[in-house]
Amino acid sequence: MTNIEKYNNAFVNSLEITEDRLAGLKYQDIEAWDSVGHMTLVAAIEDAFDIMLDTDDIIDFNSYEKGKEILSKEEYGVAF
Amino acid sequence: MEKIWNLDKFADKVALKDDKGQSVTYRCLIEVTDKIAEKIEKRCLVFLLCRNEIGSVIGYTAFIQHKIVPLLLNSNLEEKLLQNLLDTYYPKYLWIPEDMQESFQGMDVVYSAYGYSLLRTGYGKDYPLYDELGLLLTTSGSTGSPKFVRQSYENIFDNASSIVKYLKLDETEKPITTLPMNYTYGLSIINSHLLVGATILVTEKTLMQKEFWNFFKDEGATSFGGVPYTYEMLDKLRFYRMNLPSLRTMTQAGGKILPELHEKFAKYAAENGKKFVVMYGQCEATARMGYLPPEKAVEKKGSMGIVIPGGQFRLIDTQGNIITEPYTTGELVYEGKNVTLGYAERGEDLILGDERNGVLETGDMAQFDDDGYYYIVGRKKRFLKIYGNRVNLDEIDRMIKGEFEIDEASAGVDDHMYIFVTDAGISETVRNFVIGKTKLNPAAFKVIEIEEIPKNDSGKTLYKELEKYYEK
Repeated sequence: MTNIEKYNNAFVNSLEITEDRLAGLKYQDIEAWDSVGHMTLVAAIEDAFDIMLDTDDIIDFNSYEKGKEILSKEEYGVAF
Repeated sequence: MEKIWNLDKFADKVALKDDKGQSVTYRCLIEVTDKIAEKIEKRCLVFLLCRNEIGSVIGYTAFIQHKIVPLLLNSNLEEKLLQNLLDTYYPKYLWIPEDMQESFQGMDVVYSAYGYSLLRTGYGKDYPLYDELGLLLTTSGSTGSPKFVRQSYENIFDNASSIVKYLKLDETEKPITTLPMNYTYGLSIINSHLLVGATILVTEKTLMQKEFWNFFKDEGATSFGGVPYTYEMLDKLRFYRMNLPSLRTMTQAGGKILPELHEKFAKYAAENGKKFVVMYGQCEATARMGYLPPEKAVEKKGSMGIVIPGGQFRLIDTQGNIITEPYTTGELVYEGKNVTLGYAERGEDLILGDERNGVLETGDMAQFDDDGYYYIVGRKKRFLKIYGNRVNLDEIDRMIKGEFEIDEASAGVDDHMYIFVTDAGISETVRNFVIGKTKLNPAAFKVIEIEEIPKNDSGKTLYKELEKYYEK
């Protein structure tokens, strides 16, 4: 699986939405992405890439695009 | 009875502050609440659509201080469910966020302040209110059930005073909102802090957002409350590494926290000069009944503590006898002035008086240890707490059976509901139905297909046999 596939899968599985709705998706845009959903999502992403996100990055992760930006940082090294 | 809060006493102090830079002093709070009350000709019922915003708290304060009875709902309650409640209770007014006004066309806006508006419903009918009735609160989250707990002015004042005593609250406190104000626990934080002249930091942001923590740090929040799931989130956030010098107290209620987490937070608190206070309560007792003194938090891990000041606990066995032996399970019964009047399920119930006379059978099964500390060990009725919200499993079964006419059984543990069905084809539909009804995050619900729902000879479901399917 490519990194983008892993990343999208984490969203699709934890927030129960279809892939075509991911672009532009923001925290609290849909009911499932509330604080509970956010925790599920973060756990799924950490599992998929075998990383541990910093507190600051977890609370900064407020959109589909922002998440990619965070994962691309040096300490996580996920290239899309 | 006098007014609940003596707001005059703290006139120059800031009562409310939000994350948009707005703040309201106690003096200003008195002025605005008086104005709101002036617009309402006499004691009546008002629906308050709550948010953690200044306008919402101001409206609430106005109604309680001026003996107008608010029924508190979450502002995101589905329109159909809200309509249903309006048709059941015929409130004279609504106090709603300004941005929701267009949903109520045909109602007159009679006053607006701090992003909230007072709307006259124009209903030609209303129900008489019992003199001591102070407010109406739901027991469940946002299911739109017409069942409300009737709390009296004495209930609100007594419980808030007790909380002030055992948490030792004073005017230097700055609690930050982490729970909805239409939820009994969230409301108890507002009630108790207005009593001591504290500054309440209100925000709609969640602890998964940077803006929340920035507000927390900038304003120097001193406390917050959380349900068990809140502490799981904080654990995930590696909260222990955050630098929060202003934080003094973390309280926990809304269900039993995992013992491992209880220990982690108790230790963190002990090592960092903060207090972690596990508490126990129900909406039927206004909010609080028990608390674990913070200095015992590590030693008495897993306990919900002792009775709050002014209350009394006892355990009753199946024959109705009082249990005196430690480590013996019985139903927990609470006695105190914060035991609410009873329930309302329709407009005609608003005139009802006190049906409980200060005694509440909690429905929780408990034990006490040699030192008299109480431990919740089970529940008499079949319900789960999901993210702090009470969800009745028999009710869920009734709803599913009514909708789909299938054989099924719902069961589970707190924060995880399992719905057992025998027809694989319907799993997804059933799951979506339950999520839609409870309005809780889908992560809590799982449908499991099994050959047959286990039952005894008389046809009663054997829930115990379903436990082997729970995920560990």
